[in-house]
Amino acid sequence: MNPPLRHAAGLTPRWLALSLLCLALVFVDDRYAVLDGVRSGAERLLIEPLRAAAAWPGRLLGAAGEALAERRRLLAENARLRAENLRLRARLLEMAALEAENARLRALLAAAERLGKRVRVAEVLAVRQDYQHQQLVIDKGAADGVHVGQAVLDAEGVMGQVIGVADHSATVLLISDPEHRIPVQNIRNGVRSLAQGKGDPRELDLLYVTPHTDLRPGDLLVTSGLGGRFPANYPVARVDRFEAVPGDPYARVTARPLAGLDRSREVILVWPETRR
Amino acid sequence: MNTPAGRILRLHGSLLLALLLTLTPLPGSGLGMWPEWPALVLAWWCAHHPGRVGLGTALAWGLLLDLALGTLLGQHALGLLWIAYVVLRQHSRFRLYPLLQQALVVAALVAVERLVFLWLYGIADRPVQQLGPYALPVLSSALVWPLIDGSLRRWTR
Repeated sequence: MNPPLRHAAGLTPRWLALSLLCLALVFVDDRYAVLDGVRSGAERLLIEPLRAAAAWPGRLLGAAGEALAERRRLLAENARLRAENLRLRARLLEMAALEAENARLRALLAAAERLGKRVRVAEVLAVRQDYQHQQLVIDKGAADGVHVGQAVLDAEGVMGQVIGVADHSATVLLISDPEHRIPVQNIRNGVRSLAQGKGDPRELDLLYVTPHTDLRPGDLLVTSGLGGRFPANYPVARVDRFEAVPGDPYARVTARPLAGLDRSREVILVWPETRR
Repeated sequence: MNTPAGRILRLHGSLLLALLLTLTPLPGSGLGMWPEWPALVLAWWCAHHPGRVGLGTALAWGLLLDLALGTLLGQHALGLLWIAYVVLRQHSRFRLYPLLQQALVVAALVAVERLVFLWLYGIADRPVQQLGPYALPVLSSALVWPLIDGSLRRWTR
């Protein structure tokens, strides 16, 4: 019934040749940027529709659930209020941080810079969260003014930053990705550190913390604004464990992210305020 | 529908479905244990229609998978090539195995594939942190093999 195997004799050499080709591709893709153009082209033409199709069943389920409720108007209003609520809660978080900062710095800082940043709510289309990657795809893209490097939050804290943009979607690297580091600051005393992801949405590592640093479990870490990627003073994580290891110049410190990295279905995009 | 064109349609249709399943968002961190759908579907086709599926199919879908998942270009292609190669070589023997044994073979193939990935991640300076959870897809892939076998059999009859 089955036709005989094509090229049965040449299978092994062909396999070896193709595997070597793939290895070469992996190498080139890892070390050089030449394939990035191919990637973004394919993203636009192929992958974006695929992702949209893959997100469809979930949307359908969501839509079916909503259809059960009677009044469409109520739903629309509800959705609008929820978006509004999310936006306001993000502002509130910022206010708490600002207050603490004010208490610490008294009148040293001309603190009227922030507030009134432009924000927008986006929906999560797809997630890629395994031990290698912690990424999200959201439903806003270049057409909505999203750009690479942009900060992404949820109602609880910082989620991550945009690393890839297509027309109507964007890829977000979460702060829990092993390749992501975010500069943070202890709100209690201003101690700075770097929080690195480790592939776990519930835990971050704090890097380069000496054993004598004044960090305690429960301390709130906010973005320090250093590096210019993230706006300052957004909550990132709470210190979880502080463990000095004899013989090791740095202490082992872990923190628990405040944002629902593995839960949030809606995220907030922040545009830095343009100076006039 | 049992024309050559129909079969090609079914082959690539099922692979497309597998790709979409891979991309489907799961709640929480459930994605870590998601089976390797494309690898399973490809293995089934290699075992049952070795004349129609070749290494070229594996390469093309592997590259597409890499683009879709944002992994290193060629990584999944390498993995799928490996699975297609072994199953194509042993297709007649593989088909004679009882379903349980087939699932075990599939688990072993996926395990080797993920070991290769591990090695590539090491080269690319992104070492895997927790090996236990990393091995979960091996188990889940074996568990869904009967499902894949049953549905593809029905679909291609």
